[in-house]
Order: sequence, then C-alpha cells, then structure tokens
Amino acid sequence: MNHDSYPDAYIRGILNTVKTIAMVGFSPNTARPSYFAFKYLIERGFKVIPINPGHAGKEFLGQTCYAALADVPEPIDMVDIFRAPQFVTPIVEEALKLTPKPQVIWMQLTIRNDEAAKLAEDAGLKVVMDRCPKIEYGRLSSEISWMGINSRTLSSRRAQNLGGGFQRMGLGQGKKEEPSGS
Amino acid sequence: MTMADAERIPGFNTLAIHAGAKPDPTTGARATPIYQTTSFVFDDVDHAASLFGLQAFGNIYTRIGNPTCAVLEERVAALEGGTAGLAVASGHAAQVIVMQTLLVPGDEFIASKKLYGGSINQFNHAFKSFGWNVVWADPDDLSSFETAVTPKTKAIFIESIANPGGVVTDIEAIGKIARKANVPLIVDNTLATPYLCKPIEYGADIVVHSLTKFLGGHGNSIGGMIVDAGTFNWSRDKKYPMLCEPRPEYSGIVLHETFGNFAFAIACRVLGLRDLGPALSPFNAFLISTGIETLPLRMQRHSDNALAVATWLTQRPEVAWVSYSGLPSDKYHSLAQKYCPKGCGAVMTVGLKGGYDAGVKLVSNVKLFSHLANIGDTRSLIIHPASTTHKQLSDAQKVQAGAGPDVVRLSIGIEDKEDIIADLELGLTAK
Repeated sequence: MNHDSYPDAYIRGILNTVKTIAMVGFSPNTARPSYFAFKYLIERGFKVIPINPGHAGKEFLGQTCYAALADVPEPIDMVDIFRAPQFVTPIVEEALKLTPKPQVIWMQLTIRNDEAAKLAEDAGLKVVMDRCPKIEYGRLSSEISWMGINSRTLSSRRAQNLGGGFQRMGLGQGKKEEPSGS
Repeated sequence: MTMADAERIPGFNTLAIHAGAKPDPTTGARATPIYQTTSFVFDDVDHAASLFGLQAFGNIYTRIGNPTCAVLEERVAALEGGTAGLAVASGHAAQVIVMQTLLVPGDEFIASKKLYGGSINQFNHAFKSFGWNVVWADPDDLSSFETAVTPKTKAIFIESIANPGGVVTDIEAIGKIARKANVPLIVDNTLATPYLCKPIEYGADIVVHSLTKFLGGHGNSIGGMIVDAGTFNWSRDKKYPMLCEPRPEYSGIVLHETFGNFAFAIACRVLGLRDLGPALSPFNAFLISTGIETLPLRMQRHSDNALAVATWLTQRPEVAWVSYSGLPSDKYHSLAQKYCPKGCGAVMTVGLKGGYDAGVKLVSNVKLFSHLANIGDTRSLIIHPASTTHKQLSDAQKVQAGAGPDVVRLSIGIEDKEDIIADLELGLTAK
C-alpha cells in the first residue's frame, strides 16, 4: 500500500467492514481529539473500546476502558492509535499477538511509523497512517461537506441517510434508501 | 460508483459543476436547494451538545453555516485545490476574518501596495483601528517584501492580478519569502479566478475572493470566500494562538491538532464568522454557485474578448497606453504567461491622451458599457477610478494603484466583441 495517498475505496472498505475498534491512547478529556473521534464513531454505530492504563476499569459513554489490548475480552477488528510515532511499534506487536488478529491498524492524523506499518502488513493486516477515521468517515459520507470541507468526492447519487437523526449520513452512497428517522 | 472510487481526478469543468453539490440527501433535489432558514433542529440534547462542541459535523445556525453556503464553500475549495472554504458576506468580510484569525493588536502584515483601492483603504484605516498594522511593499521590487519582515509579521497579502492596474504578482517568489519568514501567504485571486490562476500551486497558504466578481459572474450578489490551502503549519512557532492554543470559547480545544489541514477554515468559521457575524445569505450562495457552473466558459470568453479589445485600443489615436498583461508589449506579460497561460482576465486600464476630460467623455457616451463601480459581470463595465472607486486615495496613491486622472477601467463582458469595440469607438469619437 502506498501510504502517501490512499484510494477512497480502500478507506471506505475498511470503515464499511470493521465493527469493533480499540482506541489506544484514548483521553477522557472531552476537548482532546481522541475523545472527539471516540464519541463520533460510537454515534455512527461502531463499538469503540477505550485503551488507557490510567483509566482502566472506568466507563466512558457506556464503554469499559482497559489497560492494554490483551485485556479486551472480545475480538478487535481495528486498532486506532493515538500515540506518538515512537510508541507505535510495541502497540502493533501487541496487536499481532491477539487471537483473532485485528484486520486493520490505523494511526491517527500526524502519526506515521513505516516500520510498524510493515510489521502489520507482513502479517496480512491493512494499515492506514496519518488519517483520522472521524474525518474520513465524515468525508466519505458527505457529512463533512456541511462544514465547507473539500470532500474530494463527486457523486450524482443521493448520500445515504443513516436514520435516527437529521444529520447522520452513511457510507452507502445511495445503495440503500432508508427513511430519515425521527 | 463515485468518480473518486474510480481514482479519476476530475477536471476543472467537471468540478465547477459538481463539486460540493451531490443530490440533496433528504429530498433528492438535483439542483442545490436554497435552505432559507436561520436555524436547524437538533435530534436531542446530546446531538446539540456535540454540534456546539465541534464534536459532530452538522448545521446549527446560518450565521455559522448553512447547507446552501456549504455547497459554494466546497466548490470554490475544490476549484482552488484547497482543503476547505468559508463563505462570508463580502470580499472585505473575508479579509477581516482572515486577519482577525491571524493577528492580535500590535501585529503587522505585509501587503503589496498595488492592490484594489478598497483593500488599500481597509488596510490603512479600518485595520489600523484594530491595531493590525499594514506594511506596504512593492511587487515590482521583491526585496521590499523581504526587508519588511519583522518579528511582528504574521502574514503577507498580495493579489494574483491586481485591480485595476493589471499588475501580475510573482506569487511563487513571494511565497518563498513567506516560507522563509514562516508566515502564511494570502492571495486575493478575485480577478484571475482559479480558472486562470491557481495560487496554491505556487505557494499560497490562504486564498481569498470577492465572489461578487467573476465567480458569481452575473453582477447580482455580493459575497466573499476564504480558502484554506492546508499547507501551513500553525503549531510550529506557536505564534497563531487562535489555532495552536486551547480555546476557552470551546472548552479548551486546540483547533490545529483537532482539525489538521483544514483547521484554518474551521477557525475562521467558529471563531471569526461566529463572533464577528458577516454571514452570507443562502440565496446569494445559490446564485453564486449557479454562476460558478459556467465559470470556465465565461472566463475564457472574458479573456478572449479583453485581448481583442486591448489590441484594438492600442491602435486608437485617442489612447496613450493600455495596461493589460495579455498584450505582448505589457510589462507583466511574461509573468502572465507563467501564472495565467489561458488568458489574463477581463479587466484593463486605459490611459487617454485627453486626460480627465476624455475619461468623463468616454464614460458619458458609451451605450453598451454600463458606468458603475464593479467588475466581473457578464456585461461590459466602465468606470473612471479617479472620480469614484479610488477617489479617497491621495493623488500619489492613485497613481501608485494605477488609477491616475487619465485612467479608465474596463471590465470586458461576454457580449460579441464586435459590439463591445463598436461601443468604445462611439465613446472615444463622440464630440
């Protein structure tokens, strides 16, 4: 995978496939980017499990926080990493020891570690670096266009409404016509 | 399948029509609906809190954002090659919000002294009253930008093609000076539009527009735009507190770390537009977005007509000189060939041998040209800047801005060029 530029289909495929995300480096501070992504991804239907040894055992938005990936008692589809690049390799090594192995390693905006990416890709995992899943979900669902952001997508199909609210969009790009809830 | 899934990069004409404007998600309306509403209901208290806290993308109140305005924002951002846009009430409002986001009282910014007269006034008077101090530099002497840099400099401001003198600015060279000083380069791209010139490709970090002119293109709506190129590192020197420090307005969020390469556009929206208030009306956004759909066709015709008119004028006995960078003899022709290879736009200035009186005679005797203070209409427009748009400048500033007493400014429309030329001949030869 060329990590300088990801095809939209690659990112869309990941976000359409994964259901359970472990967020390493989660911060309970509601002003921090990790909390933004945590809350947003839960609202879009993902199960997001916070990982932070300083807050293990506490609950955030109904989700129990764990100290380490190995402590999570259920399969993890994607590991989303909010840690500086120098801390990423041990996290990936830990993720690769899980059974079953996760399908995706995702490093947040500004975080890139090519050595860790190679480890994961050699083990058959997909890798995304220097991106935010909240921003990518918002971009590919067209939600981010409400904010005047260049989504770099064009379509003559109506965006999919997720239901359950006025301003929640899905990634289906018009494949499903769901009634807008409420 | 979306175009992006096919990994095609859409061309400019396609973007001008489609960027930002997918079918309406609620009704399927294909043309962009005019969301003529002040406010948007929340799903519940938690949704409201997420929106106000910037944790969710969505609409709250039209002073902060509106879906019709958002189509326009994404479209201009896509055409400029930026990461995000922010539509505001006018080009002047765009400049206020950009500077308020970058400067605190006592700071400085460097600006080209060859600018639209309205910008010169705004910088010299309104901005000075806010404590934002302009330092003028000469685009014909690049070293004047370098020597103007001080520790208080927060930005450099230029126009790609300056109104009305037709000065083509060396964006790439000034971009290098801005990078060396580690301040963003702001380019007003109103006269060129992204069809003729894309400043971000040459180092602009922020692009501003008066949408009133060629982007809207039909002389029916005032509007402004800020485009974030996504290129500037706001956190490097910690000198842009709106972007790199926790914001008390939003419970301690740091906008740059939260929004990455579109943080500047978000800062302009949630700190600038929210608190200063110059929002664009959705109806104007609709008209301007519709105008942009034909931008490539119009700009090419504007430029082709203008070159024909300028060439004709150079052969007239009443004309002392024509300032239009499309003419091979023009001082800025080589820069124009680099930055605006498809054409040099609609606007030119003409020096009349008969001076002030000849200018008055010309504007009084044309019948197709409209005598008014605007540019960038489908219609051909004419004005005598010395007695109107540039009247408040000193005589020296008038000459500096290319608006001396003998100067007439033309904005060539997209009518038949033979009719435009015949009308000018009528005005020039009237007794």
